[in-house]
Amino acid sequence: MNTTILIGAFAFWLAAWALNSWLAVQRPANVAAQRAIDLFVPVLFGVTLLVLWEGLARGFNIPTVLLPPPSLVWERILASSHILWADFQQTFLKAVLAGYAMGCGAGFLVAIAVDRSPFLKRGLLPLGNFVSALPIIGIAPIMVMWFGFGWESKAAVVIVMTFFPMLVNTVEGLQASSAIDRDLMRTYAASYWQTLFRLKLPAASPFIFNALKINSTLALIGAIVAEFFGTPIVGMGFRISAEVGRMNIDMVWASIAVAALAGSLFYGVVALIERAVTFWHPSVRGG
Amino acid sequence: MSATTPIAAPGSGSGYRPEAGLTERFLASKAFAVSVIVLAIIAAWYAFAVHMNTQWQIDIYNRGNVEWTTTDLVRDTLNQARPVLPAPHQVAVEIWNTTVMMDPTSRRSLIYHAWITLSATLLGFVIGTLLGVSLAVGIVHSRAMDKSVMPWVIASQTIPILAIAPMIIVVLNAIGITGLLPKALISTYLAFFPVAVGMVKGLRSPELLQLDLLRTYSASRWQAFWKLRWPSSVPFLFTSMKVAIAISLVGAIVGELPTGAVAGLGARLLAGSYYGQTVQIWSALFVAAAMAAVLVALVGLVQRIVLKRMGQAA
Amino acid sequence: MEKPSQAVASAVGSSVIEAKGLGLTFQTADTPVQALTDVNLSIRKGEFVSFIGPSGCGKTTFLRVVADLEQPTAGEIRVNGMSPDEARKSRSYGYVFQAAGLYPWRTIEKNVALPLEIMGYSAAQRRERIARTLELVNLTGFEKKFPWQLSGGMQQRASIARALAFDADLLLMDEPFGALDEIVRDHLNEQLLKLWERTNKTICFVTHSIPEAVYLSTKIVVMSPRPGRVTDVIESTLPKERPLDIRESAEFLSIAARVRDGLRAGHSYDE
Repeated sequence: MNTTILIGAFAFWLAAWALNSWLAVQRPANVAAQRAIDLFVPVLFGVTLLVLWEGLARGFNIPTVLLPPPSLVWERILASSHILWADFQQTFLKAVLAGYAMGCGAGFLVAIAVDRSPFLKRGLLPLGNFVSALPIIGIAPIMVMWFGFGWESKAAVVIVMTFFPMLVNTVEGLQASSAIDRDLMRTYAASYWQTLFRLKLPAASPFIFNALKINSTLALIGAIVAEFFGTPIVGMGFRISAEVGRMNIDMVWASIAVAALAGSLFYGVVALIERAVTFWHPSVRGG
Repeated sequence: MSATTPIAAPGSGSGYRPEAGLTERFLASKAFAVSVIVLAIIAAWYAFAVHMNTQWQIDIYNRGNVEWTTTDLVRDTLNQARPVLPAPHQVAVEIWNTTVMMDPTSRRSLIYHAWITLSATLLGFVIGTLLGVSLAVGIVHSRAMDKSVMPWVIASQTIPILAIAPMIIVVLNAIGITGLLPKALISTYLAFFPVAVGMVKGLRSPELLQLDLLRTYSASRWQAFWKLRWPSSVPFLFTSMKVAIAISLVGAIVGELPTGAVAGLGARLLAGSYYGQTVQIWSALFVAAAMAAVLVALVGLVQRIVLKRMGQAA
Repeated sequence: MEKPSQAVASAVGSSVIEAKGLGLTFQTADTPVQALTDVNLSIRKGEFVSFIGPSGCGKTTFLRVVADLEQPTAGEIRVNGMSPDEARKSRSYGYVFQAAGLYPWRTIEKNVALPLEIMGYSAAQRRERIARTLELVNLTGFEKKFPWQLSGGMQQRASIARALAFDADLLLMDEPFGALDEIVRDHLNEQLLKLWERTNKTICFVTHSIPEAVYLSTKIVVMSPRPGRVTDVIESTLPKERPLDIRESAEFLSIAARVRDGLRAGHSYDE
C-alpha cells in the first residue's frame, strides 16, 4: 500500500470539493463568468473522480485485472487505436446510425398516420406504450437468427428499440397544439397538410427532439448488447465480451471509454440541433 | 324576451348528437380498436410464419421425397421443431409446458428462471430507487451537489452500462461478489437515473408561492421537505418508478448474458440462441415481457391507491 | 357551387350577418345546455357591434357560429348571404381570439404572413400586405422580433394585424383585450376605433366590460345566460368621433345604464 499516493489523492479530493462548494455559491454579475463556472464545476468533479480512481488503484495496488488505473487505460487506447477504430466503424457507423435513422423515421411516419386516424390512435397508442416497457433487447437473438451475424441484425434491434419512443413522443407532440391554434387554422379553411406542416410539426418539435435524444442513447446500447448474441470478430460489443473472457480488463475499459465518448458526442450533436430548431421553446430560451 | 325554444329535432343541425347507442360506443372504444389491431397482428404473425418456414419445409419434403399439398404445407410450417418463426400457438404451448405443467423447482421450468431474474430485478430496483431518492434530496438541498453531481448523473447514462455488464460481472465475481448481487447492481445503475431525475423535478415542483408561505412560518428546511416537497414529489416518484422497474428487468436479463450463466430468463435466451431452439427463445421472451407488464401494472396499482389516499386523482 | 363574389356583400348598408331564430343546444353528460335560444339579429356593413353579457350568455358561441367553429341546432344564419361554412371557405372574415395565438417559432412578420401563405398570395403581395397591416396597428419596426419579445398588448395588436392581412370585410373579435390591464386597454380601444375608421370593416366585438362596449360600438347587443339569449339591442347615439373622455359624458352614462338594466333584467347578476 502506497500511503503517499493515497494521501495525495484524498487531499486532492478534499481541495477540489472545497473549491467546488465555494464556486457553486458564487453569483457573478458577468454572464460569461457564470457559464465558465457552470462548465468548470462538473469538469473538476470528473477530474477529481479520475484522480481518486488513479490514486486508489495505485495506492492500494489493486490488481490491474480488476481495476486498472486511468493511466493504463489511456496507454491501451493509444496502443490499440486501430482495433478500436475498426470496432467503432462496425458498431457505430453501421449498426447504430442506420438503425437510428430507420427506426426514428418509421416511428415518425407511423405517428403521422396515427394522428390522421382516430381509430389507429385508439388502437396503436396503448400498444405502443405497452411495448416500450418490455425488454426489447431480448429480440436480439431472434434478429441474429433472421439477419445473420453482420451489422444488419444489430441495426434491426436498434430499429425496434428506437421506433416506440419516437412514435409515442411524436404523437404526443402532434396533439400539443392548443384549441385556439387549431380553430385559427379552421378559420383560414386550411387543409390537413397545411395545418400539419405549418402548425403541428413545429409545435411537435420539442417532443420529437426529446425522443431523438433518448433514442441516441438507446441505439448505442442496443447495438452493443445485440453483439453479445453473435457477431463477426469486430464490433464494440464483441470487443468487450471477448476481452472480458481473456481478462484484458484494460482493453475492456478502453472500449468502454470509446463507447462513452461516442455516446456523449452523438447525444451532444442531437442536443445542439435541438437548440437550433427549438430556439423558441421556453426551456431553450431560459424562460 | 321570448319563451325558450324547445330542443331541435334530431339531425336538424350537425352539432346535435343523440345519446350514442351501445354498439356505437363499443365501436368507438379503445378496447375495440386495440383488440382489432392485436387480432390483425396475430393474423399477420401466422401468415409470416407460414411464409418464413416454407423454404425449410420444402427442403424437408424433398429430402424425404414426400408428396405435399398446400394444406400440408400450411399445417407443417406451423408445427416445425425448429422454425425460423414459431407460430403463436407453438409459443403458447411451450410456455404452458414449461410453467404450469412443470415443477417450479426444476431447472427447466420457466418459473424457476423467471424467479431468478425477478429477484435480481427487485433487489436492483429497491437499491436504485433508494439511491435515486437520496441523490435527489441532496441535489435539491445543496447547491454544490447540484452543480457538481447533477451533470454527472446525466452523463452516467452515456456510459452504456448494459454494454459493460460482462465486465462488471466478471470483476465482481473475481473479488468474491457472486450470484444475485452483481446483476442487481447493474439494475441499480439503470434504475437510479430515472428516479433521481424524476425526484429532482418533483422536489422542485412546488410553486415559489408555497415555499414563501412556509418561510413566513419560519419553517426549517427539514419541515419544508416533509410537509411540502415530499408530498409534491410523490406523483413524479411513481412515474419514475414505472420506468425504473421496467429497466431494472432489462438490466437483470442482460446481466445474465456474459458469464454463460445457466439460470434466469437472459440465460434461457442465450441458450436458445446457441442451440438454435427458436421456440425456447420466444417463450422466454414472452415470459419476460409478461413479467415487465405485470411489474409496471403493480407499480401503477400502488400509485393509484397512494394518490387516492393523498386526495389526488391518479 | 360557384363562390359568390364578395362584391355582393360590400354594397353599402347591405346585411353582413342575418340570424333568424338561431339556437344552439349542447348535449352534455347530465343536462342539455341551451347556449343560444331564438336569436334574431341583423348586422349591416360598416357597423361596430359589441356583444356583452356574463359567462354562459352565448356571446362567444354566437361569434363561433358565425365563424363556422360551431354548428347551430335550430334556426338559420347567413354570413355575406352564404352559409357560415361557405363564408369560411371563401375567407370572408378574420378572427381574433382571446389569446394572441402567435407562433413562437415565427417572427412577427412571418406570423402576419401565415394566412397569406395558406391562402396562396404571392411573395410580393405578402410583403406589401404585411407592411400595410403592421403600420395600421403601429407595429412598424417590429417585423423581425419574436412574439415572446413583445408585451401582451403588442402581441394582441400583431394578432389583429394578422386578421386584417387578407381581404376579409368582417372582423370577429372574441374578448381580445380581456387579458390586458386597463391602461393598455384604453390605448388599444382608441387604436381600434381609428383602425375601424380607416378600413371601414364590419366588426363584431365580444366583451364583458360595459364601458368598453359602449365606447367602441355603434350597436350594443346585451345578452343573458340560462338560457343564452338576447335581452336588448341598443343603437348608440354617440358621435363617430370619440375621444376617451367621452366616457364621462351624460349620454355615455345613460347608454351604459341602459346596458346595465338589460343585464339585470336577464338575471346576469344572480348567482
